[in-house]
Amino acid sequence: MSTATTTTTEQQKKKLCEICKVSRPILKRPKTGESICKECFYTVFEDEIHHTIVDNQLFKRGDKVAIGASGGKDSTVLAEIMTKLNKKYDYGLDLFLLSIDEGITGYRDDSLETVKRNQEQYQIPLKILSYKELYNWTMDEIVKEIGLKNNCTFCGVFRRQALDRGAIILGANKIVTGHNADDIAETVLINLLRGDIPRLQRCVNIVTGSEGALPRSKPFKYTYQKEIVMYAYFKKLDYFSTECIYAPNAYRGHVRDFLKDLEAIRPSIIIDIIHSGENFHFNEEFKMPVQGTCIQCGYISSNQLCMACELLKNLNSGLAKVKLSLHNKKLKSTNPQHQLDENNNQNNNNLEIKI
Amino acid sequence: MKIKVELSGGLELLFNKIKTHEITFDDKKSIPLKDLIIWMKDNLLTERENLFIVDGTVRPGILVLINEADWELYGGIGYDVEDGDNIIFISTLHGG
Ligand code: SF4
Ligand SMILES: [Zn+2]
Ligand SMILES: [Zn+2]
Repeated sequence: MSTATTTTTEQQKKKLCEICKVSRPILKRPKTGESICKECFYTVFEDEIHHTIVDNQLFKRGDKVAIGASGGKDSTVLAEIMTKLNKKYDYGLDLFLLSIDEGITGYRDDSLETVKRNQEQYQIPLKILSYKELYNWTMDEIVKEIGLKNNCTFCGVFRRQALDRGAIILGANKIVTGHNADDIAETVLINLLRGDIPRLQRCVNIVTGSEGALPRSKPFKYTYQKEIVMYAYFKKLDYFSTECIYAPNAYRGHVRDFLKDLEAIRPSIIIDIIHSGENFHFNEEFKMPVQGTCIQCGYISSNQLCMACELLKNLNSGLAKVKLSLHNKKLKSTNPQHQLDENNNQNNNNLEIKI
Repeated sequence: MKIKVELSGGLELLFNKIKTHEITFDDKKSIPLKDLIIWMKDNLLTERENLFIVDGTVRPGILVLINEADWELYGGIGYDVEDGDNIIFISTLHGG
């Protein structure tokens, strides 16, 4: 084996970039299998995202765009790319960084330091909005109250609203998030495995939330995680990579491992799954429920109270732990749609973490 | 032979939070990457080995760079590590 490997390695060391035919390759692209050099990688990486933005008409000149920034790799690269493309192609966008502070000691407080450095580096305004100021509860306090079972349900529901509210405070009319192709493929699989048809239908959309909420888009929809991490590495971007201490990990973790195993055999699997998701045809009976507004806070909701107000009501009455489980049982027997919503909130959490 | 190994993207947490390790093997001219990762597991890793090694290779979702280039360009786990090499492991699985 040793001789064969050495020969391949020697041959490989002499190969040149398949695009410019001049420089030494540093990346094998998962999407195409091409070996490319650093400069060509930067170019194709940035160009593809630019084309995603243009082809899907994600922005209009004059838009005020809040970048959901968690300090993690995806949103850090997103801030870099949005700033760069906005200048290079003169999109005419006003960019903002928007960070949500869930109030998780040792996790979010550290990652927010990264976001603050991003703010200085890119010279764009930053707004940090905390669960404490919006809901009067930190995640630390919520976990103390309800334990580690439904924490991500609370966190996911609260974050969704918090981003909308933060963006409105900033005067933004659009939100972008760092969800990448791997995240979306993972979510397609999870929704498929759970039979969650409404969410399966929506999760491949590049823009969501247009009804009443601010439009949210995902410029990295077709961008591989591997390339995002490589880009961050070669550009020496400063990001934060610690798991939330309350992360449950079980279900999504298995799906992620499964996807990574498949990707190791056939890298195009990620895009193939997204493509499948885009081409499903759905029965009419799975139409989304009619959207109204929450009687308490005015946020879009298909019920009288939005999910956040519902959860807060339980938290504040000290019944959260009991209520949520009773709630689940009752809903299961009477209203299948609600049960789906509960599932949605649960399964969206880890995706949401990328804000 | 002397090599440098770096861990990042959250992977350093499994290695006592130490990101850079200089390793010397006095008795060797090269070492197969698959043996190096076992050596790292036995000598450097401090917790949860299944987050680093799965089925004798690096866990899927961890990127490996050999002298600043994607290991997939050099035969992946079949690569022979040589004197002076710089091997970088980056987790893509942590945080977002
Ligand atoms: S894992 Fe994510 S959703 Fe769950 S508590 Fe932590 S930050 Fe919130
Ligand atoms: Zn090139
Ligand atoms: Zn409400």
